[in-house]
Amino acid sequence: MSMMDWIDARFPATKMWKEHLSEYYAPKNFNFWYFFGSLALLILVLQIVTGIFLTMNYKPDAKLAFASVEYIMRDVEWGWLIRYLHSTGASAFFVVIYLHMFRGLIYGSFKQPRELVWIFGMLLYVVLMAEAFMGYLLPWGQMSYWGAQVIISLFGALPVIGEDLALWIRGDYVVADATLNRFFAMHVIALPIVLLGLVVAHIIALHEVGSNNPDGVEIKKTKDKNGKPLDGIPFHPYYTVKDLVGVVVFLFIFSLVLFYLPEFGGWFLEKDNFIPADPLKTPEHIVPLWYFTPFYAILRAVPDKLFGVIAMGLAIVMLFLLPWLDRSKTRSVRYRGPYFRTALVVFVISFLALGYLGTQPATSLYTLLAQIFTVLYFVFFILMPIYTKFDKDKPVPERVTTK
Amino acid sequence: MRNLTFAALVSIISMFSTLAFAAGSSLQLDKVDIDLNDKASLQRGAHTFMNYCLSCHGASLMRYNRMAKDLGLTDEQVAENLMFTTDKIGETMQIAMRPEDAKKWFGVAPPDLSVIARARGTDWLYTYLRTFYLDDSRPMGTNNLAFKDVGMPHVLWEQQGYQSIDEHGQLSVTQEGALTPRQYDTMTRDLVNFLAYISEPSKLQRLALGKWVLLYLAIFFVIALALKKAYWKDVH
Repeated sequence: MSMMDWIDARFPATKMWKEHLSEYYAPKNFNFWYFFGSLALLILVLQIVTGIFLTMNYKPDAKLAFASVEYIMRDVEWGWLIRYLHSTGASAFFVVIYLHMFRGLIYGSFKQPRELVWIFGMLLYVVLMAEAFMGYLLPWGQMSYWGAQVIISLFGALPVIGEDLALWIRGDYVVADATLNRFFAMHVIALPIVLLGLVVAHIIALHEVGSNNPDGVEIKKTKDKNGKPLDGIPFHPYYTVKDLVGVVVFLFIFSLVLFYLPEFGGWFLEKDNFIPADPLKTPEHIVPLWYFTPFYAILRAVPDKLFGVIAMGLAIVMLFLLPWLDRSKTRSVRYRGPYFRTALVVFVISFLALGYLGTQPATSLYTLLAQIFTVLYFVFFILMPIYTKFDKDKPVPERVTTK
Repeated sequence: MRNLTFAALVSIISMFSTLAFAAGSSLQLDKVDIDLNDKASLQRGAHTFMNYCLSCHGASLMRYNRMAKDLGLTDEQVAENLMFTTDKIGETMQIAMRPEDAKKWFGVAPPDLSVIARARGTDWLYTYLRTFYLDDSRPMGTNNLAFKDVGMPHVLWEQQGYQSIDEHGQLSVTQEGALTPRQYDTMTRDLVNFLAYISEPSKLQRLALGKWVLLYLAIFFVIALALKKAYWKDVH
């Protein structure tokens, strides 16, 4: 009896290996856009490992936090590398996640029967935003401090409970030591556990229904005599070796930033964050992290603070509703009609424009532009049931295509 | 589909490039060309820093022995020539002045300079150190182009002399100092170089390691791609 038999009799190791890797059949026509799922997993591991080493020297104390980060940068062996891996990793995480979500959007990966894959993914996105927001307070620089101050004060806009809620989140009347301590607890324990749980749910749900592909064809419909999909190939070794190429290319770009541009022109590490937090001195421009700016632009586009907060919340809620807003049976953008294609282009432009406007001072021209793009952002979702229903989709092939 | 991929990438890249130029200021900053590999410049900058800055400003995150190692000096050389505030080589660059007193004397406690080059940028520091001018309305008798109504006096007046401002906002030396303007530019450049060094002492290490990591990944890419092609031969 082999070692593996002994284990398999007690734990389904071989069964799981087969189910999720060696006999998980993935469509053979994955393209560029399909690298970002495995890359997101890679970055998650990277963030957890570097995070563990950072906590060994970081001090979650308003008096010590700023200096402890610089202690890591100077006195801890390889501390600068660990810190830059973590700070660059945070931005890389969002780059990869946005591209991953965009893939789902263009190929209809959110549609029946993959609604739960999409919902788990959206929950991951929301928790990731919370994780990033709380992590950004920890260096206790000016931008950490004032960014947190602005975002938490948004809760104050809610009627009746608003002010008490903001106070409850901060644990003090302003962002202070109590806030830093609890954000540290959330950032290193609570949210990572939720993230890991959701990642497992996301992958289990995906492997239950099978992966979508750039043609939006269901590969389970055409099987060979052994019951294996004709257009499917085992994830391992085919996609493990293919993703390895993606990983190397990603790490190359990642290393370019990490070793040569770790501040990325002030967008990954902001200049003002090299000034210790000062509750008495507001920085000239408080700009949120780049990955929040589309939503920040929506918030500012609405003149009323409460409705601004609601609009910002709805902008994310809309994404959750996508599987039910889209009435077309066709998944992939390759075979979808002109209405959806046009709407998609408008949506992408609006999202990027809002992202840019969120980084700029709110001049009257920029506010007007933000209002226009906010309307277009919501029109994409609200009119979706109509334009997808009447769209002139093209016929979808029976089998996947390879160029 | 390729076109869409390409268009998305282009728009993302162009978004970043516009972002990078978004931050700006009204004053045209003078560009400073610093070189962290120039150890002589860093040593001169350290000398200026220890003699003129490190009585009001600390660099409380920077250790003397780390500086000694990185600047090619022995611990003894640093202890004899550059250490005035402590006698322990492993100490950080602290000052004796208490922040409460400093606030009373200057209106504001002088900031710690450990990471000032990363907060302000080297061009700003270079411009700031060279644009003090006489202004009777200020308590210290001087003002600054880069930092309006700054509390700090013109500490390097012995070297630069004093400048006056004309009606166009142009500065000219009206009381000569010990150095020519050119010599003074070099002195401030060395000081800014030193400030840039202490703001990220690991930077040279980072730049040196980067190329080996990239080289490794480039070689690994060739292998990974060959592996992928070998496995995918039978997929049509």
